[in-house]
Order: sequence, then structure tokens, then C-alpha cells
Amino acid sequence: MVVGGLLPVAVLLLDAGSGALGANPVQRAILQSGQLALALLLLSLACTPLRRLTGWTWPARIRKALGLLAFVYALLHFGLYLFDHGFTPDVVLEDVLKRPFVTVGFAALVLLLPLALTSTRDAVRRLGFLRWQRLHRLVYAAALLGVLHYWWGVKKDHTAPLIAALVLAALLAARLLRQRRGRARSGS
Amino acid sequence: LAQARRPLGPYDTSEAVTPYAQATTYNNFYEFGTGKDDPARLAGSLRTRPWTVIIDGEVKKPVKVDIDTLQSWFPLEDRIYRMRCVEGWSMVMPWLGFPLAALLRRVEPNSHAKYVKFTALDDPKQFPGQRSSVLDWPYVEGLRLDEALHPLTFMAVGLQGRVLPNQNGAPLRLVVPWKYGFKSIKSVVRITLTREQPKTTWALAAPDEYGFYANVNPAVPHPRWSQATERRIGELRRRPTLPFNGYAEQVAHLYKGMDLRRFF
Repeated sequence: MVVGGLLPVAVLLLDAGSGALGANPVQRAILQSGQLALALLLLSLACTPLRRLTGWTWPARIRKALGLLAFVYALLHFGLYLFDHGFTPDVVLEDVLKRPFVTVGFAALVLLLPLALTSTRDAVRRLGFLRWQRLHRLVYAAALLGVLHYWWGVKKDHTAPLIAALVLAALLAARLLRQRRGRARSGS
Repeated sequence: LAQARRPLGPYDTSEAVTPYAQATTYNNFYEFGTGKDDPARLAGSLRTRPWTVIIDGEVKKPVKVDIDTLQSWFPLEDRIYRMRCVEGWSMVMPWLGFPLAALLRRVEPNSHAKYVKFTALDDPKQFPGQRSSVLDWPYVEGLRLDEALHPLTFMAVGLQGRVLPNQNGAPLRLVVPWKYGFKSIKSVVRITLTREQPKTTWALAAPDEYGFYANVNPAVPHPRWSQATERRIGELRRRPTLPFNGYAEQVAHLYKGMDLRRFF
């Protein structure tokens, strides 16, 4: 799964070699890796509602892989951005501190880091399930920041970020709805 | 190829010209769509003949003229200019055309003329991107009269010795090399001399991000990214962006005493 999920990296490299990334390949690669990171993150958030809705178990089994892949692509996205700016620390620092569009994207990546580091079964045991679960709720903040980053990064045509925002809203609504229903049931 | 060996003129840059294949496939031309490859893909729907250009407003001799007649009024010149997009990339473009000043002198601006307003074609049948309201159509741009009369300010009808491709703004486009690319309006149908500063498309769409002047300025960042560097298309590393896109010697005097952070 994880290996298969890295296929787009190979495609990206092939495209870069053949010129299929167009006249501005670095820009294109930054965009594609970012879009992949966000799409994978949203897919990982869709696993639980899908499992509950259908009773299937496979979505739960691929959730971790999707989350990890999202982190890998977010890291690649950031690495390409660093490359784009010649790994110049003061330029990157100014971007991260001064430009909200970059700040929120960077914050999303930072939030994903502890989640990736505690993705092993061993980490769940060490933290205890409740604490692990609480920590992993950071994924909601990361997804919100990721969508905001995409929204602010677009020059004028907000169609694609809007779709991402609607998907995220639906996924969050599914959780809130279930929580409220759960509360109502325990209250009666 | 003969063109490449032509001696360079006083306004030409000697930098390596951006390959034709890249200059004609990586374009911002929202009338065709917001993707960089939309213009090249969809440009076939634009009909550039017959094409009429109106020049009116505060002029003594307003005209309505066919593009071929308009072109025949002036000897066509080559100009190899740098082009810097507000998004942080740049190209080197060998244009073919005539100075805007020559055209303006012909219609004789009167004493009320302070600005020049340019309007692009408004036709969703030819411009599929205009079926979406991503910008307020038609596309409008403007210059102060002294900017418009500057010898660098150019009207292009060709690129690299060929007729201007549709995706690059055929049949007639403005080229103002010291300003961000969005000032250089494409597929122009009307040029109007005005008393007031025209309301221009990008300045209306996002006033905090795109100003009327839009002079290339590495010291004034776009709210979402720095303008200090740029990627020359075809190069992997970024290079520093120059004040007025490297044309400071020729144009900086136009803005003497102006706060260019305020009038960005």
C-alpha cells in the first residue's frame, strides 16, 4: 500500500525527465505534491465514516497508510519549496513568519509530524489508547490548515480548494452528527 | 534564425531568448482558462481576422481601423524584452510590433488626456474562459500617458519573427516590459485616452495584491509571496529580480518622488 502510494513520485520523476511537467517543472511539482498530500489526508479522514456507514473493515486497515502517505507528500511538498528557494534560511523564515499562506501550510506539516512519529502499534501501547487518540485529533487541525493553505495559495480560481473544503466539511459533519447522536442516546 | 543574428537595438536584452515552445505553452490568459496550458489548448476558438481596433476618447483624430491597416501605418520593429510575471517567473520574448507612442501621436491626444485605457475582446464564444466569472470581463488595463508614450512601451503583433500566436494575445497586445505581465493586455480591441485613471481588472479583483502601477519591484512583496527572486523559464535556480525588471535606467525618472510602496 505504502509502496503503491509512492507511485506518483515515480511518475513525477519520469515527467520531470521527459519535460511533461511543462515550462515551470518545479512550480508544477510543488503544486502536485501539495494536492496529493491534501487528497490523501482527506481520504484518511474518510476511512472511519466509510467503515461505520458500510460495515466494511478494509477502510480501517488502510487508514494508517493513507495518513503516512499524506505526511510523506507534505514533506516532499515542503522539500520542493525549500529547493525552489535555494534552501535559503532567511527567505524561508520570512515566508513562514510573515506570509499567512505559508504560515498555515507550515503549521499543518508541523502538526502532522507527531502523528507520523506515533503511527506504530508500539506507540499506541506506550501512550495508552486514550492519550494516543487525543493526540491524533490534531489531524483535524492539520486538515483545516491544509485546506486554508490551498485556498490562500490560489490566485483567483477557487474551484479546487472549494471542493477540498466541502469534502472536509462533510467529513467533519459526519463526526459531529455521530457525536451528538451518541450524546443524546447516553442522556436518555 | 536570421533574426537571432540581427544586431541588437538599444532596447534589446542580449539574454538567451525563451524557446518558442515554452513561450507559447505556458501562458496566463484567463480568457481561455486559469490553467497555464489552457491558452495553448483552447486558443483555436479565437478569430483574429477581421479585427477592428477603436482608438477614441481625449484625442483629436479618433479612428476605427482594421488591424491590417493599423499595422501598415508603422514599420514593424523587433524588440527583445524581459517579461516578469507577478507570480515569480520570467521569460525573454522577441516581440515584433511598433511603439505605442507612434500610434498615439497619430491620433493626437488633446490636453485633457492623462491616461490610456485598453480594453480586450469580450466574446465568450471565442473566449471560453469568459463563460466563468473568475474576472470581470472584458479585461481592462491602463497606463499613465507618460508611461504610454515611453519608447519602451510597445504594441506587439508578432513573436520570434512569426505572427503573434493566439495564446500570446493575437492579433494585437500591449507590452510594458518594466511592469508585471498582467499589465500587458492581450487581444486589444479598444484604446481610449481618458482624464481619469482607468479601473483595471486585477486591481479591481484584488486591490491589496495588484496595483494600478504594478512596476516590477523586488522590494515590495506580494502579500502571499516575495518578489525578490524569480525563475527564468528553463532555469532551475531562481535569480534576483531587478527593480523595474532591469529597465530602471530608462524608466525610474517617471516615478520620481512617488512612494512606490503605496503606489505598487
